[in-house]
Amino acid sequence: MMSETVNMPMNKERTEPATVYGLLAEFSDAGAIVQSAEQVRKAGYTRWDVHTPFPVHGLDEAMGIRPTILPWIVLGAGLSGLVAGLGLQWWTNAVDYPLLISGKPIFSLPANIPVIFEVTVLLSAVTTVFALFGLNGLPRLYHPVFTNQRFRRATADRFFIVIEANDPLFDAEKTQSLLSSLGATAVEVVED
Amino acid sequence: MSAIEPITLSEDQLQLHPLGRSLFRKAGIVGVVALAFTFVVSLFTADLRERFFFSYLLNFTYFLSLSLGALFFVALQHLTRSGWSVVVRRLAEFIAANVVLLAGLFVVVLLGLTHLYHWLDAEHVAQDSLLQHKQPYLNLPFFLIRCVFYFAVWSWLSRYYLTKSVELDESGDVNLTLRMERISAPGMILYALTVTFAAFDLLMSLDAHWFSTIFGVYYFTGGFVGFVSLLALLAILLQKSGRLRHAITAEHYHDLGKLMFAFIFFWGYIAFSQFMLIWYANIPEETGWFFQRQSGGWGWIGLILIFGHFILPFLGLLSRYVKRRKKPLAFWAVWILLMHWIDLYWLILPEYGQEWFFFHSVLDIGCFIGIGGLFLACACYLARDRALIPLKDPRLQESLTFENA
Repeated sequence: MMSETVNMPMNKERTEPATVYGLLAEFSDAGAIVQSAEQVRKAGYTRWDVHTPFPVHGLDEAMGIRPTILPWIVLGAGLSGLVAGLGLQWWTNAVDYPLLISGKPIFSLPANIPVIFEVTVLLSAVTTVFALFGLNGLPRLYHPVFTNQRFRRATADRFFIVIEANDPLFDAEKTQSLLSSLGATAVEVVED
Repeated sequence: MSAIEPITLSEDQLQLHPLGRSLFRKAGIVGVVALAFTFVVSLFTADLRERFFFSYLLNFTYFLSLSLGALFFVALQHLTRSGWSVVVRRLAEFIAANVVLLAGLFVVVLLGLTHLYHWLDAEHVAQDSLLQHKQPYLNLPFFLIRCVFYFAVWSWLSRYYLTKSVELDESGDVNLTLRMERISAPGMILYALTVTFAAFDLLMSLDAHWFSTIFGVYYFTGGFVGFVSLLALLAILLQKSGRLRHAITAEHYHDLGKLMFAFIFFWGYIAFSQFMLIWYANIPEETGWFFQRQSGGWGWIGLILIFGHFILPFLGLLSRYVKRRKKPLAFWAVWILLMHWIDLYWLILPEYGQEWFFFHSVLDIGCFIGIGGLFLACACYLARDRALIPLKDPRLQESLTFENA
């Protein structure tokens, strides 16, 4: 189990001066994080994020996250697959090297549908995975919040709001007092 | 945000009463009158008498497929221990239990057997060596035994789910849920076999020369997507009448919409699989069935099915927005229910012949209103003093608070 007293020195070999990444606020339950996220959004912050150990229902709405464009990307990929699958068979079987198979017309749609279907599914599925990674900025091996000891419990039993220092509204004192007033159990500066 | 608070149903209207009683009476009367009227029309000529049985079989198998879709839905939810669907499961149990009514209405099909199935005509069989070879399976006594078996299995299974589920409303005994789960696995195997062979017997044997092993799946799929559409539509109508206001949310419609979307595609997949293998092999014994359904006006109905039963609803239900909103979802539900009817029309009516005149459609619509009216009346009767959701189901709370993550 993670203990509060464990204090591993991190970044001890730091050569350049630390810059402030933002403020991290710790909350102890899911209900509080949803209400706090709503308050942070209403306060007008735009560059901030919430970290929870499990998916919390209603958090997207509370944070004001807009619907993803992923479905449109996948739709485009699927349609490209459809055209590519059809075009490939048309070009190879009917134009470039006509092949007569079991007396069917050189170009006949029923025979082409299985390949069209497979290429459409393949392109849609592969695009879903990679576009998902891309839109989320993954893979990402380092994040400034990793330097914070408390943040280790984000995968166990604690909930965090991080407001970045480069948010236009960020003000070390005001932001700190906002987060404290929301009932955060701790508010700490995250350095990068 | 109320994500974590339990939802209570104290303000919800959970009974069909008093609407159920008047609906039962009205739908019952309309059904009986429509069937009687259609029967009288059919007496005018010998041709209409034969056509009546085709119309009747069309609408009988239509409503049967919806009940069988409901039975599959209920068994599937227990088999997978699903939580999301608890708030709509009781409605499915009512529709599934309607199969008992259909078992009674099957008598009319039995009266018309000689009009419907050419393999019962001894003179015809005497000249047809293929049918002679199929006699060990396609003969009257064995056909009757099979039909009794199918309806016995379906009636028993659907009654079991309904009575145990209603018992659970009283006692809250979790063992009842476990028993329903345990029966579902063998029940599902029995279901798959009976539905497949029933489709062979009732529909495929209309042209006893033709065969397709995927035919049972085809019939099942159309029925299931039709049933899920019916379920979404029922939920929307019940909410409109002020019932289940808090119990059913956009999240449940979203999931029903997903099932409609998935099984519309599955129907297209199965229909195309059946077509492509026969098209590729090009054996006259198999292609005749499709040839008949591509010539005359039937080819146009086939095109209506490709676009109306597959491409358009596929594109229409693709979006999350549509699945979570009642109006567009209701539109596609009605659309799919209509297309499923046209699908069965395309399966059955070519066996009657090419000719068409006005009274044929009168018979089709009369039988639809007749059997449909009785179907609705029976569902209202089953719901008469029972709650519209399983009140003490162990997964009810999970279903009420369900969200698509």
